[in-house]
Amino acid sequence: MTSSEIFSIITFVYGAAAILYMVAWVFKKPLPGTLATATLAAAALGNLAGILLRWVESHQMGIGRPPLTNLYESLIFFALTIAVIYLFVEFKYKIRILGAIAGPMPFLAMAYASLPKVNTAIQPLIPALKSNWLIAHVMTCFIGYAAFTIAFGISIMFLVKSSGDAPSSGAQPLRMAGRIPAFDILDDLTHQMVTFGFLFLSIGIITGAVWANQAWGRYWGWDPKETWSLVTWLIYATLLHARLMRGWRGKNIAVLSCVGFVAMLFTYFGVNLLPGLHSYQ
Amino acid sequence: MTKSSNTEGFTRKIWKFFASVKLSVAILLSLAATSIIGTVIPQNGSAEVYIHQYGEVFFKLFNTLDFFDMYHSWWFRVLLCLLTINLIVCSIHRLTSTWKIIFPDHPSFDANRFQNAKNRQEWTSTSSPETLKAMYDPYIGKRFSISLTEKTKDGYLIFGEKGRWTRLGVYAVHLSIIFMITGGLIGSIFGFDGSVNIPEGQSTDTIFLQNDPTGKKLDFQIRCEDFDLSFYDSGMPKEYRSSLSIIKNGRTMAQKDIIVNDPLRFEGINIFQSSYGEMPSDRLTVTFTERESGLLYDVEAMIKKPIDMPGNSGKLIIEDFRTNFSYSGFNLGKTFICTMVPTGGEPETLLISVDHPRFDMMRQGDFIITISNIDFKYYTGLQVTKDPGVPAVYAGFLFMIIGCYITFFMFHQAVCIKLSTTGSGAQIELSGISGKNRPGMNAIILRMSNHLKRLSAA
Ligand code: HEM
Repeated sequence: MTSSEIFSIITFVYGAAAILYMVAWVFKKPLPGTLATATLAAAALGNLAGILLRWVESHQMGIGRPPLTNLYESLIFFALTIAVIYLFVEFKYKIRILGAIAGPMPFLAMAYASLPKVNTAIQPLIPALKSNWLIAHVMTCFIGYAAFTIAFGISIMFLVKSSGDAPSSGAQPLRMAGRIPAFDILDDLTHQMVTFGFLFLSIGIITGAVWANQAWGRYWGWDPKETWSLVTWLIYATLLHARLMRGWRGKNIAVLSCVGFVAMLFTYFGVNLLPGLHSYQ
Repeated sequence: MTKSSNTEGFTRKIWKFFASVKLSVAILLSLAATSIIGTVIPQNGSAEVYIHQYGEVFFKLFNTLDFFDMYHSWWFRVLLCLLTINLIVCSIHRLTSTWKIIFPDHPSFDANRFQNAKNRQEWTSTSSPETLKAMYDPYIGKRFSISLTEKTKDGYLIFGEKGRWTRLGVYAVHLSIIFMITGGLIGSIFGFDGSVNIPEGQSTDTIFLQNDPTGKKLDFQIRCEDFDLSFYDSGMPKEYRSSLSIIKNGRTMAQKDIIVNDPLRFEGINIFQSSYGEMPSDRLTVTFTERESGLLYDVEAMIKKPIDMPGNSGKLIIEDFRTNFSYSGFNLGKTFICTMVPTGGEPETLLISVDHPRFDMMRQGDFIITISNIDFKYYTGLQVTKDPGVPAVYAGFLFMIIGCYITFFMFHQAVCIKLSTTGSGAQIELSGISGKNRPGMNAIILRMSNHLKRLSAA
């Protein structure tokens, strides 16, 4: 079996896990929930195996480079990190309901990776990318992105719950919102995910800067991708500080977390529309 | 009110303004929002391109607002400056009160502070408070940096505390920002960023800075001994490698093969492999083909030296060379840019393509001009930089990572075990408090209570 075949299968397993999580949420039954967790864990293991296999394959082709260097590979790694971080949160906080919103995310990343316009070939590296810093840079950035993605999911739950709890709204369609964990738990979880993501995005930007200094003699060049990662970082720094202001916990933080997520998505995908060194081809 | 108290009030107001987190939220958001401008508007382009793209009016407006070089604009620097002041004032303001918490004159414990802890665990034991104290004391002593036991009227209180210093983590994060901004400032004042192309076998001591065509002289020569280029089977470049020597006062001071990602460093100056290209040799042959007769005239030529065209019809000067010249969207490949001055006529610019020799026929001149017998030599494109701010910036990087780790994942924690005598043994209460009411504290108390139960059961 090739790594690409594994990834196609894994995409469906992620999809199945996502559906099971939603079923568990809607019907509030323990069995689909347990199944969902098992399916997601299996998908994550398969995902990891596929990445390792792709690494081996690149060696067999005589190219020999870590599978983290183009849009396709980054999406696959992204899916894995989201799944692993989510599973960790589920295990630690025993909150399976988050799976209904975090579960579909690895599936979406994998589905995007399988679009025909995404190049799946294992290609050799251009000279500028040949560096050990590449692995450190890409991995830390994507761990940060994954944490922000889960924080976004939690914030969406927060906003759904707060609109569902509003006395004026017809509560019927949002009955399920009542099963969402309490506000302070969601707020705290968002904060935990944001701090985790902030640390890793900081390390990601820093390793990128050290690498750029080694390759091009400048640690910062206001390249669009660099700038957008800084914008993302600044938005999350704002969030951390806004939490210190009176009355800013809760809804405002959830909104900022969503804004940060949009900036992160733009850093990841949108910047390719702008000219610069970083664009994934 | 006297004048002095008036100014005092004013200073205090300024201080309070700069000490506020509200201001920092505003500054951080402004920095995020304005940084986007420079990613949407290409930076440091030429005025013509901007006018073409945005029109005269917007060009003037954007130019006034420094949008074409916004990261070096006065207003962006003002934002960074405000951030720095905000950071310093806020840190001093907070540190003066935090310092006493972190380094108190007399560390003291107050059992009342644990009264309201929600994480309290209670259980009973058949052992007496004395026996339990003897078991728990060393455990707490090992696990916490400060521990203390107090006798109460019906038992003991054991306190443990650690991680006071982690309250300093956030100051490391904030200090790191100051280091980075300072390092950036040092680099922009005392550093430079230039580039130079050196053909194989030649040396130079002059590099060219961005936006400064005059060139900057280094106090040593860079010599390119050799340039090598390798390709993957697909034709993608695999590696550029330049063998460089540094020559100072006639002596070779350093030698290294550089590739992308592995520069040569000499006296604080870094030399990076950044690009490459081909350069024609000085001597070449220009062939004039007379359109009517088909007669060929070969003339030996040198770049920048005027040559006579056949039949005294004018002069031709080879001005410049491009590896890839694009003409109306068509790539002419290797192309010489020449000036032709017909006798008694106006000078005219000609493009003589080496790869497309028939291109000059379209000009419909009396002669069709081609250039041949050219030896091409590789030149290496080097980036030459100096940035004395890097150590400060890197120190900032280190502080940022360590500080964030401490702030996010470590915290100031204190626990209290209350042992009181009951009829047959002891009642045990364990509770903990933490710097920011971390949920992590609850997990710690739970784990500790399990451990303590096992200790006393054994
Ligand atoms: C780019 C700039 C900055 C970064 C990256 C940054 C980073 C941080 C981080 C990571 C925290 C910890 C938050 C938490 O525990 O959740 C924090 C806390 C804090 N920051 Fe900043 N900060 C910046 C600028 C500022 C500025 C300009 C001020 C000025 C008022 C400020 C004031 C504070 C205060 C008062 C705290 C809370 C400290 C505490 O909890 O005791 N920060 N900052």
